[in-house]
Amino acid sequence: MTSTATHSDKNFFSADGKGTSVFRLFRNRFLTGLCVALSLLTLVPLFSIVILVIQNGCPLLSANLFTQLPPAPGMDGGGFGNAILGTLVMVGISLVFSVPLGILAAIFVNEYAPVSWLASAVRFVAKLLTGIPSIICGVFAFAAVVMTTHKFSALAGGIALAILILPTILLTAEQALLGVPYAFREASFGVGATPFQTIWRIVLPEAMPAIMTGVMLAVARAAGETAPVLFTALFSQNWIKGIMEPTASLSVLIYNFASLPYAYHIKLAWSASLVLVALVTLSNILAQVIFAPKHR
Amino acid sequence: MACLLASVLTITLLAFIVGEILFKAWPAISKFGLGFITGIQWSPNREVFGVLPVLIGTAASSFLALLLALPLGLAIALFLSEDFLPPAIRQIIRFVVELLAAIPSVVYGLWGIFVVIPLVQKYGALVAAKLGFIPFLAGPAYGNSLLTASLVLALMVLPTITAISRSSLVAVPYALREGSYALGATRWETILSVIIPTAAPGIVASGILAFGRAMGETMAVAMLIGNSQRLSWSLLSPSNTLSALLANQFAEADGIQVSALMYAAALLVLLTLGVNIAGEAVLRRTQKATAGLR
Amino acid sequence: MTTEASQHPLELTNDFAPGESNFIKVDNFKFFYGKKEALHGINLEIPSRKVTAFIGPSGCGKSTLLRNFNRMNELIPGVHHEGDITIHGTSIYDPSVEIIALRRRIGMVFQKSNPFPMSIFENIVYPLRIAGQNTRSVLEETVERCLRSAALWDEVKDRLHDSALGLSGGQMQRLCIARAVASRPEILLMDEPCSALDPIATAKVEELIIELKKDFTIVIVTHNMQQASRVSELTAFFYLGNLVEFDNTRKIFTNPSMKQTEEYITGRFG
Repeated sequence: MTSTATHSDKNFFSADGKGTSVFRLFRNRFLTGLCVALSLLTLVPLFSIVILVIQNGCPLLSANLFTQLPPAPGMDGGGFGNAILGTLVMVGISLVFSVPLGILAAIFVNEYAPVSWLASAVRFVAKLLTGIPSIICGVFAFAAVVMTTHKFSALAGGIALAILILPTILLTAEQALLGVPYAFREASFGVGATPFQTIWRIVLPEAMPAIMTGVMLAVARAAGETAPVLFTALFSQNWIKGIMEPTASLSVLIYNFASLPYAYHIKLAWSASLVLVALVTLSNILAQVIFAPKHR
Repeated sequence: MACLLASVLTITLLAFIVGEILFKAWPAISKFGLGFITGIQWSPNREVFGVLPVLIGTAASSFLALLLALPLGLAIALFLSEDFLPPAIRQIIRFVVELLAAIPSVVYGLWGIFVVIPLVQKYGALVAAKLGFIPFLAGPAYGNSLLTASLVLALMVLPTITAISRSSLVAVPYALREGSYALGATRWETILSVIIPTAAPGIVASGILAFGRAMGETMAVAMLIGNSQRLSWSLLSPSNTLSALLANQFAEADGIQVSALMYAAALLVLLTLGVNIAGEAVLRRTQKATAGLR
Repeated sequence: MTTEASQHPLELTNDFAPGESNFIKVDNFKFFYGKKEALHGINLEIPSRKVTAFIGPSGCGKSTLLRNFNRMNELIPGVHHEGDITIHGTSIYDPSVEIIALRRRIGMVFQKSNPFPMSIFENIVYPLRIAGQNTRSVLEETVERCLRSAALWDEVKDRLHDSALGLSGGQMQRLCIARAVASRPEILLMDEPCSALDPIATAKVEELIIELKKDFTIVIVTHNMQQASRVSELTAFFYLGNLVEFDNTRKIFTNPSMKQTEEYITGRFG
């Protein structure tokens, strides 16, 4: 150790001489702290929303809520059974349009012509459609359906929602098909199957769970949206009688009742929020669960 | 064959949407022309329609929301991409952000009415009394204001910023972090001078796409912004956005007003498409650039 | 402190005695990834201003040991160590040691070159800038000194402000060497610096290593035994987390005392 004796001071690897590293280490800690603080800051509103929705939504929670009609302004009692049903009906209508269209287009893009200009055009348009504000779907359905039939209707609301969720379904279905190993297709072609048979008997069943995930995500999205149905399905105090009638939905009910001066209606809006958030969360969880066994 | 048809239908859908809206907007476009964009009056009774205040409100609320959300979103994205925290806690933060994205717009609106509006009213009045000489903070302070809408919008676009920023931060090769640490850099020096600059285009893209989302966001804004077409400098005054205008007036509109609203909708489509295409272009370039680093 | 140090207070000097026999001293050092023991009590003394090569088959622990000299392994979660490593007689695990200062004194070059996506100039001055040195003249001087010592100056002097990512693979690796010497370290650690390079670029880097040992204590991990014999004066052979043999390179390659070493260098395993 003799040769090192003259050089072994304790500070050999510490401060660079001017205390710079003290400042640098302090700055390091400070920025970490700042980052923690900013992140915690976002938790505050989130917890506030969740707690308020549960707190204000629970008191009215009962079977009546799901089976009865909304009360007249100023009156108490009743529920929003018609709005729940209306939401479900319109989401159903939107699926009828968008699921076949989305999946077929995805099959075309991925199986029949993956490198054609048409396929890239479909992908590009789907990407653009995801960026279109949801209210534009409503405006379009208003122009194309409401102004033609001269009626606010569940059909118009459903079509607006269908446009909203089409890109989600198309893009997730494309990813799902992409996830099917190419070897499966080779094996099928190898035993003499036609492309049609290969797609319908081998590829689609294999991709189904992932496609369903996309559909459930789309359901969650459609159920929570207000803007597309606001002036296409409008609202109704009564049970839905046909798809060509103005129809209530949970989200529009929240919007309408939130600004009313009646305490009971505001309570109903909170309860509807609770039900809506539960519905959306449930669809999201379902999407994850369906997806889970296949790819994790 | 059916598949081909579905693809063609999907492509034509966008053209159809734009075409239909333009077609219905045509009476207003031919009647008001560009004066629609520069006009500051919106009065259906007198059949005078100008959307300049609304355009300004749209840009201002989206910009303010972005200003608030970008630092928060970036902080969370850093937490999710760097190893500050054990994986379990990162998973929780991720879940929380996803939850933020899943809450319906109208529920944000309801919450905003009962939580944010009273807060803005109370503290806005205090601020306006003290700092009212600054045009941006001039009173009287309303609860239904540009500021309220922007605060809630910031929350709503946060998940967009976090998700896209995170993926571009994760794409920064580990070798660069290692290289920086080996040169004696602290964690934050590495983050600020190597990781963030490398991921910068992706972070910018997240901001652009979040801006586009904020412009199109409807319900929460319609419930909180106060829906006033009057021009004002103050953040504490009511304002309006294109999407909120559509939400509020469509159901009861008729005649030329419908056409004017269609015109406004066409403007909204044009703006959001432009912003989104710009964002996607930046994002695509980023992905190419970081692919080159590997 | 030398006069040079007083001119550039943030740059460190090389004021240790050359030729110390135990410049880096590894003392019964054990290293664990979680529960797995990767190094089983290594004892080793590395002299200064010489090139020492670590050889051995994959997974033998040579890189692990190298990465402990500047405590880079601590970036991996769940690792711990026993025993000690001293440099200049100071334990690198002493509580008074600041990791950032330690790493400034020990440059490192990685298997795959990792230039930052900035200009050539900014890459080299990065270690100075983070330490708060922003004086133009000092930065320019450093860039020229480092590029010259990495034998890159003539190739890039006209495009210092172009992106470093436009360089060839071999140039990038030499740029990383230039960057590693920018903070005037005393030790250079090289973790298979040529494994991603073609033979011509490899020859240039090897030439450079021989040149650099005048000023630096170099420890190089390599898979390439010819490389070890070409560039190093001392060679340590590792196998399964143990140091099997450490001696003069010529002795290791001509007359190893351990049977395992002989089998490895003659290519019978690994």
